[in-house]
Amino acid sequence: MLKADRIVQTTCSYCGVGCQLDLHIREEIIFRVEGRFDNEVNFGQLCVKGRFGYDFVHASDRLRRPLARASRRAEFSPASWDEALDRVANRLKGIRDQYGPRSVAFLTSAKCTNEENYLLQKFARTVIGTNTVDHCARL
Amino acid sequence: MTNSIREIPEAEVIFVIGSNTTEAHPVLALQMKKAVCGRGAKLILADPRRIELAGFAHLHLRQRPGTDIALINTIAHVIIKEGLHDLAFIEERTEGYEEFAALVGEWTPERGKEVTGVPAQEIIEAARLYAKAGNASIFWAMGITQHTTGTDNVKALVNLALLTGHIGRLGAGLNPLRGQNNVQGACDMGGLPNVYPGYQNVTDVAVREKFEKAWGITTADDRPRPNGSPSPAVRRLDTQIGLTITEIVDAILAGEVHALYIMGENPMLSDPNLNHVRQALERVDFLVHQDIFLNETGQFADVVLPAASFAEKWGTFTNTERRVQMVRPALEPPGEARPDWQIITDLANRMGADWSYESAAEIMDEIAAVTPIYGGISHARLERLGGIQWPCPTPDHPGTQYLHESKFSRGRGLFTPVEFEEAEELPDSEYPFILSTGRVLFHWHGGTMSRRSPGLESLAPQAEIEIHPQDAQKLGAQDGQPVRVSSRRGDVVANVLITPRSPTGTVFMTFHYAEAAANLLTPNYVDPVAKIPEYKVSAVKVEIVEEAVSV
Repeated sequence: MLKADRIVQTTCSYCGVGCQLDLHIREEIIFRVEGRFDNEVNFGQLCVKGRFGYDFVHASDRLRRPLARASRRAEFSPASWDEALDRVANRLKGIRDQYGPRSVAFLTSAKCTNEENYLLQKFARTVIGTNTVDHCARL
Repeated sequence: MTNSIREIPEAEVIFVIGSNTTEAHPVLALQMKKAVCGRGAKLILADPRRIELAGFAHLHLRQRPGTDIALINTIAHVIIKEGLHDLAFIEERTEGYEEFAALVGEWTPERGKEVTGVPAQEIIEAARLYAKAGNASIFWAMGITQHTTGTDNVKALVNLALLTGHIGRLGAGLNPLRGQNNVQGACDMGGLPNVYPGYQNVTDVAVREKFEKAWGITTADDRPRPNGSPSPAVRRLDTQIGLTITEIVDAILAGEVHALYIMGENPMLSDPNLNHVRQALERVDFLVHQDIFLNETGQFADVVLPAASFAEKWGTFTNTERRVQMVRPALEPPGEARPDWQIITDLANRMGADWSYESAAEIMDEIAAVTPIYGGISHARLERLGGIQWPCPTPDHPGTQYLHESKFSRGRGLFTPVEFEEAEELPDSEYPFILSTGRVLFHWHGGTMSRRSPGLESLAPQAEIEIHPQDAQKLGAQDGQPVRVSSRRGDVVANVLITPRSPTGTVFMTFHYAEAAANLLTPNYVDPVAKIPEYKVSAVKVEIVEEAVSV
């Protein structure tokens, strides 16, 4: 059996059951996933997605650099983080000042962490000044 | 869930309605199977489709899609008529019983049968089983909520639990199964237009002032500024409830919303009536897409920000039983991708904020400070104890295994009489089938993750439409044959799967496949309160595709 370089305990990112699992890493690849027994959620079990569904982490089409384009008709080109974030900051500021805070809307994410969801709604409410922040809970 | 996953085998009766648990929450369904096979619990299943759980069910009620309230009201009628309700519980813990009893008084089993199509005797038997159990718990998912009557469907189930006192005990309660890994957490964190973190109302002045103080908003100067004056920093928190996802789409098309910032979502596959969504994404002046993939929605963006996946960052997810659990990095993010929390912090500071978060743990400490139900939760504690179930108000609180033990959040449990209403769009001569959408075991939501696993993809590689053998015969459709499925909003091509799993007159599709996106068909009619779209009932027609079409 292949030996892992390291084993990292984490929470499955598919459904809302929250199975506890171990990611077995070798040469920076998740090569095995095992359910953990030391909890009252999955009692060692995993479903087919939790056990075999993590290829996407290593997919060749993962986004690796910020992308931007001058207009919707143009193709995307790579941008630096500074260029991309300055562009976002300037446009959001411009739209907020021209049309008011409620003209900016946010979709936060049922796939992201609590900490990230907290920050994005805080951003919407304190930096932009709108309560228009929602996510796919209804979908 | 008011109960915990580990309590499922403690119930004598498990009532599952509108949840295809073995496919959408497979590991939780194992506890249901354990209850039935190992403990002799009785499973009542109410679902139009003959899903896998039907094989474990003592009773399978196959109601016509969209008639849940009629079914539940009839069950309540039988419980009251046969004197199986818990009068002491009703007296001590609830209010509004008289009005409720008057309404369900009209829902005789005969009337229930007429509306739902479920034999009267089966409804009577279900009522007796549920009411007579020592402990009974109800489980539901989107099959209950994704209707224009979704909120009322839930209230009808709440009535049932209040009527019998099956709430607030080990193995007795009301258990909505949350779909996404962290949809519970996204709601808990205030990723909703009407509440701050911890379900604190944005329209409550005292709450708003608390958050203005905690978030360091200057309250000294809230004079309106003239047009064209320099960028005003936010001086007061917004006093109005914001827009929901379906309302945002409409507001873009009405010229009211000009910028849309999307983190880790794909409305161009998961929202209803995709042609409508497409128009909005084309129309919006500025679209930011922050994700791990350039998905269908990202194709419309102006700026794309690469994010780290769950396996590349610290944080927490909150599961369907309110358990907050650690997420830990196993890998470095690819290329220049960064965790979402770092991206947002960086952006906030470029817009004049002064945020100094250096770790996800620090953010959780701030969450705990402003969110009473998370008050005692920290990464250090989670590392020590494993998961903690909210409410957990203080650092010495063990967390809460089940809710509503001695009182409800509002005090007394409220009976709400709910009247049955038909779904918004019913089949007619032009669109004769009811379309219901849902999931299969092998894929997840828009397929962004699961369809990139060759193993999963090989097990369910293409969009299918479940059709009952009798309907297939009438259409002249063969198994595996491509058919065009059309609604008033759009059309897709999918392959026929002939199976008695769906009842006659009803077809079923998943929404996993971008190349045959079921949400081109679904309507954007929503529940008036929860604004949830009616994914479980829309009207479609099915036609044989004559020429070969690649799907």
